[in-house]
Amino acid sequence: MRHTISVLVENKFGVLARIAGLFSSRGFNIDSLTVGETEDPTVSRMTIVVKGDDRILEQVMKQLHKLIDVIKVTDLTKKDHVERELVLIKVAADTSKRPEIMEIVGIFRARIIDVNTEIMTVEVTGAETKIEAIIELLKPYGIRELIRTGKVAVARGNK
Amino acid sequence: MSKLNGAQIVVESLLKENVEVIFGYQGGAVLPLFDALYDAPIKFILVRHEQGAAHAADGYARSTGKVGVCIATSGPGATNLVTGIATAYMDSIPMIALTGQVPTAMIGNDAFQEADITGITRPITKHNYLVKEVNELAKTIKEAFHIARTGRPGPVLIDLPKDVSTGMAEFKYPTEVRMRSYNPTYFGHPGQIKRAAAAIATTSRPVIYAGGGVISSGAAAELKELAEKTNIPVTMTLLGLGGFPGDHALSLGMLGMHGTKYANYAISESDLIIAVGARFDDRVTGKVDEFAPHAKIIHIDIDPAAISKNIEVDIPIVGDVGNVLRELNKLVKPGDTAAWLAKIEEWKKKHPLTYQKEGELKPQYVVEQIYEVTKGEAIITTEVGQNQMWAAQFYKYLKPRTFLSSGGLGTMGYGFPAAIGAQAGHPEAVVFDIAGDGSFQMNIQELATAVQYKLPVNIAILNNRYLGMVRQWQELFFKKRYAQTDISVAPDFVKVAEAYGAEGILITKEEEVRPALQQAVASSKPVVMDFRIAREENVFPMVPAGAALTQMIEGMA
Repeated sequence: MRHTISVLVENKFGVLARIAGLFSSRGFNIDSLTVGETEDPTVSRMTIVVKGDDRILEQVMKQLHKLIDVIKVTDLTKKDHVERELVLIKVAADTSKRPEIMEIVGIFRARIIDVNTEIMTVEVTGAETKIEAIIELLKPYGIRELIRTGKVAVARGNK
Repeated sequence: MSKLNGAQIVVESLLKENVEVIFGYQGGAVLPLFDALYDAPIKFILVRHEQGAAHAADGYARSTGKVGVCIATSGPGATNLVTGIATAYMDSIPMIALTGQVPTAMIGNDAFQEADITGITRPITKHNYLVKEVNELAKTIKEAFHIARTGRPGPVLIDLPKDVSTGMAEFKYPTEVRMRSYNPTYFGHPGQIKRAAAAIATTSRPVIYAGGGVISSGAAAELKELAEKTNIPVTMTLLGLGGFPGDHALSLGMLGMHGTKYANYAISESDLIIAVGARFDDRVTGKVDEFAPHAKIIHIDIDPAAISKNIEVDIPIVGDVGNVLRELNKLVKPGDTAAWLAKIEEWKKKHPLTYQKEGELKPQYVVEQIYEVTKGEAIITTEVGQNQMWAAQFYKYLKPRTFLSSGGLGTMGYGFPAAIGAQAGHPEAVVFDIAGDGSFQMNIQELATAVQYKLPVNIAILNNRYLGMVRQWQELFFKKRYAQTDISVAPDFVKVAEAYGAEGILITKEEEVRPALQQAVASSKPVVMDFRIAREENVFPMVPAGAALTQMIEGMA
């Protein structure tokens, strides 16, 4: 099962290594990990997407919580939450293909942020399903380069 | 306010934390620190290898309940501490390891004697710090001691770059620690405690399974009260030995791989297990699927991550063991355990811990005699392997903090430096390291330390000229192919002892055992006793790795 875990941590050096170490020491491969400062500059929020057996993952979450610099650990998978990822896609787009690609970009409410005679760079933001769908549609044109930020997620409402 | 340099700040901070003894080794990056310690009212014990410093600090901590402190220089000094830090981490021992580091400007440049020790020790410390600013030093040390000794205790490393040790700052030691991210739970949930009391009242075949948490929490009296109030027998883990008196009628001794048959039978047939400060280690549970198949499980532990880690628990109670037991003792009413205790008594009679007494000198006999001569009042440390298991089986630990052994990591070479630490913490106590010839040779150089500081530890080598436990496994599971376990080429331990300025005694017969032990206890010097024991003596009973607890191998007819 795939889990989206949100971790609030003290904004100190070495914290990322401690967190990543807990996953790697248990043989977990992290699918994605994003980290950045929150509204409080002394606190960072990490969003970690990881695949794993539920029981072992519960153990990992407890171990995460044991780390001295970790303030809060939440498995958002079980909660109502919103998530987004930013992806930049360089797609082959000679003049004949541009209208088709622009149409796709429009449907997905993505944006073209750079273009030259051969390549268009598309920016897509959204949930994973949307991103997967646009990638599928752009694939036939020839994706030259693709870069993903990894998921950021937050619980809905006050909590 | 006048300023101090970083090294002086460290020393003043250690004094504020009431540190009385430090174990360590000199080196370039810690020169300022040693210079500051030179005039400090702290006893410094210079070991002969940094691993010895970490184990000695650990032994000091386990035997006194205080935080053990060790110091090493950067690079190789720091990496030599690693085994000792990992040992303390696995057994939840409060320790502060101070390491020197190259100056901050040189960190990451592969400078001489540089190692990323905070990186290296990240998975084996409760927490660690690289101090980059001398103004942060006092606060860091305060936090480090707080983290080491509270919650589930553990080692904390502080890496100290040389320029931080020499930098100047005002010394202000914080009076309290506030950390929003670290708040251990000390009191158990009252509802859960009520549920536990209710479960105990209706049980007929209960067992208390007590671990090292009983000792670190100082909860031996509360545990005894619970057992006596409810008439529930108590089995202990290796680290739990001493948490409940080994000579008590309700004691089942140790359980698990080399536990007593009656403890393992009791666990396997019980209907309620009350796990207290124990973590269901694989050496205890045997095959997990067949562990206590009929039992409901209550688990009391300060570490939420220890609960349901290996075994699913029915009634978890997160909190300090002592606090939880105090609350539980107020509520608890005895169930009817008379028939159960009678059954256990039968098992005890039928399957006592014993050994073949004929023939060559037996290690079990030596351990029994150590118990007799010391009247169970010694502090015993062990190395790892057969010596450790015989020491666990044949000596009755009557009080907490009298049995010090590397349980989680299983560190050969632990016992002797740990004995030095224990002796430093208890100058009046009789301290024995029950050793194997293999393990003792791993930190034999600390004889110089014991002699220099007049720490009269007694080293009882159960010498079988083998790496005994591994040889036992080879005998049982590898068709007696003794690949690289024969260590019969060894020094003359008596001469080694004498060469270091200690005493040495060779013992080859039963009748020589008691006089040798009496001589050792009476001596004011460290004494190395070389007990030449039967070479192929085994530790029994034994649950083979991965088997159920009821599938014990027994050597006796």
